[in-house]
Amino acid sequence: MIAFVVQRLLQSVLVMLAVAFISFALFRYIGDPVLIMLGQDFTREQYEMLVRDLGLDQPFYVQFAKFVVSAVQGEFGISYRLARPVAQLIAERLPATLELSMMAALLALTIGVPMGVYTGLRRDSWLSRFFLTISLVGVSLPTFLIGILLILVFAVQLGVLPSFGRGDVVKLGSWSTGFLTTSGLKALVLPAVTLCLFQLTLIMRLVRSEMLEVLRTDYIKFARARGLQNRAVNFGHALKNTLVPVITITGLQIGGIIAFAIVTETVFQWPGMGLLFIQSVNNADVPVMAAYLLLVGFFFVVINLVVDLLYYVVDPRLRIDRGAASGH
Amino acid sequence: MLDSDVFHSFRRNPVVVVSAVVTTVFVLAALLAPWITPYHPYDLASLDLNDAFTPPAWTEDGSRRFLLGTDDQGRDVLSTIVFGARVSLLVGFCAVLFAMTVGITLGLVSGYVGGAVESVIMRVADVQLTFPGILIALLIDGLARTALPRDLHSEIALYVVIFAIGIANWPQFARTVRGSTLVEKSKEYVQAARVIGLHPGLIMLRHVLPNVMGPVLVIATLSLGFAILAEATLSFLGVGVPPTRPSLGTLIRVGNDFLFSGEWWMTIFPGAALIVLVLAVNLLGDWLRDALNPKLR
Amino acid sequence: MAEAPILEVKNLRVEFPTRRGTLVAVDDISFSIAPGEVLGVVGESGAGKSMTGAAVIGLIEPPGRIAGGSISLAGRRIDDLPYEEMRKVRGREIGAIFQDPLTSLNPLYTIGRQITETILTHLPVSQAEAQQRAIGLLREVGIPAAEKRIDHYPHQFSGGMRQRVVIALALAANPKLIIADEPTTALDVSIQAQIIALIKKLCREHGAAVMLVTHDMGVIAETADRVAVMYAGRIAEIGPVRDVIKAARHPYTDGLMASIPKVGRTDARLAQIDGAMPRLNAIPRGCAFNPRCTKAFDRCRAERPEPMRVGNSDVACWLYDAGQGGTR
Repeated sequence: MIAFVVQRLLQSVLVMLAVAFISFALFRYIGDPVLIMLGQDFTREQYEMLVRDLGLDQPFYVQFAKFVVSAVQGEFGISYRLARPVAQLIAERLPATLELSMMAALLALTIGVPMGVYTGLRRDSWLSRFFLTISLVGVSLPTFLIGILLILVFAVQLGVLPSFGRGDVVKLGSWSTGFLTTSGLKALVLPAVTLCLFQLTLIMRLVRSEMLEVLRTDYIKFARARGLQNRAVNFGHALKNTLVPVITITGLQIGGIIAFAIVTETVFQWPGMGLLFIQSVNNADVPVMAAYLLLVGFFFVVINLVVDLLYYVVDPRLRIDRGAASGH
Repeated sequence: MLDSDVFHSFRRNPVVVVSAVVTTVFVLAALLAPWITPYHPYDLASLDLNDAFTPPAWTEDGSRRFLLGTDDQGRDVLSTIVFGARVSLLVGFCAVLFAMTVGITLGLVSGYVGGAVESVIMRVADVQLTFPGILIALLIDGLARTALPRDLHSEIALYVVIFAIGIANWPQFARTVRGSTLVEKSKEYVQAARVIGLHPGLIMLRHVLPNVMGPVLVIATLSLGFAILAEATLSFLGVGVPPTRPSLGTLIRVGNDFLFSGEWWMTIFPGAALIVLVLAVNLLGDWLRDALNPKLR
Repeated sequence: MAEAPILEVKNLRVEFPTRRGTLVAVDDISFSIAPGEVLGVVGESGAGKSMTGAAVIGLIEPPGRIAGGSISLAGRRIDDLPYEEMRKVRGREIGAIFQDPLTSLNPLYTIGRQITETILTHLPVSQAEAQQRAIGLLREVGIPAAEKRIDHYPHQFSGGMRQRVVIALALAANPKLIIADEPTTALDVSIQAQIIALIKKLCREHGAAVMLVTHDMGVIAETADRVAVMYAGRIAEIGPVRDVIKAARHPYTDGLMASIPKVGRTDARLAQIDGAMPRLNAIPRGCAFNPRCTKAFDRCRAERPEPMRVGNSDVACWLYDAGQGGTR
């Protein structure tokens, strides 16, 4: 068990270093940061001085090491566009994105999983077919279009929900939350729904197809042959076996929410990291891009790690230290 | 072929038939765009600003001349949709083709050569698969934007987008092809070919590729849906195709600015076209996957 | 038979509607099993033997269905019971053992849990008592250190051990009839004999009859009291094991026996029956075996033979019709 955890941790660190490397390469070698910082008029001397100051004349691995060390300390450099420390910008925007993502993830899970189970168990009911059709449409609808449609209906036509921004927020320490105000909650509705829809349909289809596979297995057949009640077969046996692989894939999907937030935040002008990222891409603001990449990479690596550990806990077949079979 | 199970399943499924028809219509319309549209929306000489903001033909202020209305520059929305679909489909197909080429090649190589090469390629594929495709495409696009000087970038923006989306899609192809390659490699005819002195690689190509075409086709169709959506998303975000060659995504973005002032048709119709196209492609892909799945037959 | 049969199957017909027409998997077969008796059902793959077993226990997968005939357990008809009633029969009165012990057990639950669950579903005992019974069952099937191993997972047992667990599960609620579908086919040859002997012994001790479905004549010879030979969904011959093996009457059975290589004989070639069993959608008119039969005559090609009494067996072959060709 310990060995497994240690091994996975090491792997995660390696992947993180790879991501950091790409991020660093971005930062250092795309464009010339010195030029950008100095602007138009500068002397050769100023250029070289800045190069020395920034440590850009050091060997490659030294620079990389410094980059990693500062990143770990939360120091990401200064935004070209806004001339403010990137870390500060991120700290301001992070709560918005996280709250939105968490809400969307929650919605996607609490609606998607039961829907998936239902359509897996009752394959031929009209409700199942209805859900399936909706899910197919859901996968084909781009997130931004959903956002636009929702805005059209609820903000423009009906006027009940705001179409942009976060509403009023309350600061708890360094975290600003929109959960505690009515306008904050109202502003959260449309973006959260938009963001969760794609994930919801994916989760539903995944749970359904996994459920159908499981229901075809021999052990389910054997469970029925033993006369176990439907509830025991469907929920005790089938559902449990369905959820094990679903947990892992779902975990990874949820990670995708962070990325899809980019689109949603753009549509709703939600002041989160995604919007920041798009703005930085449009403006070639490399420090922000690099920091975002690092952060997102970090999220994914952590999620992957958690999911792997979860899998280990849930599936007894992975705990091979218990020893193999004995005798006949 | 006409008698095969696949075709039979096709004929009996009205939804899939409709999807195929719709997709074909889109593709044909896109190919023949310059000849079949009522107007050429990007010929600046033919535009009249007085025509701008005309609502669809069936509404009060609409005009029979512009079936779906006009945009802020007086362009006929219907025509812009057809041209937009052209760009969307072009990017989509090319991206998928690119992904297929890279993916199949890497899959074959890693399956056949094995060893460290295989490990590296598959590792990269796995790591890449843990990140959502859109993010990958965005990152590559963003990188290109920062690395290339502005004007060069505008010129080749189309290719950058195709490249970015293609890169986001290669892992699935690579993994499937590698799997099949491994299966074929262990078969005896490969050993036999080696003994005879024939280049086993060529033999494998002749045998692996046909076996793999089924799943590859399924992945390709589904990837097409994803690619079209990805391009639309990128264009909507402003980091996709250049504004001189607007795709459906670009049209939606531009139209979005006018949503609040009431000119809904500029966004909704391109949006509808996008939905219908992607839906049709996805339905086809879904059906294809079930029809070619030996376990379900 | 002195007592009333525990299982009585009359004119059973199992059909599969497909888009190319209806396939008949089991075509009008009748047989019975006495209490405590072991009836072997033997035949090639696709002959309908597993389908018969599935029909008896009520687990035919849709779109397959029982299209005619009756199945009675201890005098009570079970083929037309509503689902919930049949569920109570399964496990409690009819037990099943399937071919692959690896896939028959749910990998996520301990075997103890799976056994006690079965007991608790059917018998009004407490959790503690169910646990005790489970341990007892494990001992009976020969699993060492039963009290410890009851908390193990299926993957911690070898193939032969797993099949013993499966047998324990089948016997958990003390059924009167066990349907064993190829119980040893997936096991090592060295273990097959042990498992077969175990099945025979336990069923005798628990007073359960066995319907043993297999393609292995050797297993039948060792274990069965009577044997039914199936061909293309029909019963060709059914009678006491010694009679059928030593003095096969139906030409198909004769061919089967002759094709088994025997130690001590030095034949130049292995005997075989020319041709192959017809596919379900291409069953010949009259006797299904007639195209491959060396003794076929006109009537065989025109009319399907009814089972006729010859000695202690029933044989479906026109050769034995008193009015026609005469007996061997």
